Amino acid sequence: MQPLISLIAGLIFGAGLAVGGMIDPARVQAFLDLFGDWDPTLAFVMGGAILPMTIAWVIKARLDRPLAGGVFDVPDTTKLDRNLAIGALLFGAGWGIGGLCPGPAIADLALAPGPALIFVAAMLVGMGVHRLTLGR
Amino acid sequence: MMEALFPHAAPLQGLIGGLLIGLAAAIMLLGLGRIAGVSGMTARATGIGGGATPRLVAASFVIGLPLGAGIAAQWIGPLHIDFPAWPALILGGLLVGFGTRMGSGCTSGHGVCGISRLSRRSIVATMLFMASGFATVAVMRAIGLLGV
Repeated sequence: MQPLISLIAGLIFGAGLAVGGMIDPARVQAFLDLFGDWDPTLAFVMGGAILPMTIAWVIKARLDRPLAGGVFDVPDTTKLDRNLAIGALLFGAGWGIGGLCPGPAIADLALAPGPALIFVAAMLVGMGVHRLTLGR
Repeated sequence: MMEALFPHAAPLQGLIGGLLIGLAAAIMLLGLGRIAGVSGMTARATGIGGGATPRLVAASFVIGLPLGAGIAAQWIGPLHIDFPAWPALILGGLLVGFGTRMGSGCTSGHGVCGISRLSRRSIVATMLFMASGFATVAVMRAIGLLGV
């Protein structure tokens, strides 16, 4: 049951990435390109996504456990540290250079397998390098 | 007005796409009690990362992404997808992979799930990765590497 719900959520998520244009690196870079022909579309994607999630957090506060069973597993750290800051800065740089963040990159495996695979493979290597160095 | 100011913008598609993403994240949170963070789910699914999410649950979510995008593309017709050249894909991928693990999240985990929860860490992370993205693209434009 849980994997099925997860798959359905992934399907909807992937469809949203395609509909919203996040799967196009050129559009993402156009959003990040403040000094060029700025394209605000991604701000609408972010706003649109935050809306249902804001409601979801309100509902979550009234639930003892998730609807499909199990327990809530959400981060409870509030500490701002160097890893968070440097990690976010590195991620942002890669986002700008490649025009892709993890979700759209993986979604693009179905739409443009060649270039998407290059990015996703490099991304997994980057994750692996983190694990072997700082992740110990 | 929107079209006149920003000829390439697709605000309605953006909003609908965003609502779908938010709905999916809400299903993960309320149904399964999980944060729909793609970098975390990917690390979990591949075994690079740990966590309480069962691997099958993480893998199902990750596999759903290309399937959902493929189905949507069948519906809405050919999508415009323009990639940078392979060196940018490799460098970008490495930085995205390393950075999202180091920073504990990406656009979905911090930007969508965390911001909507008003998490201090996620708000700071999102401001930093956006600022870094803006700065990186500005530098690429300045040195003539944008769109290469």
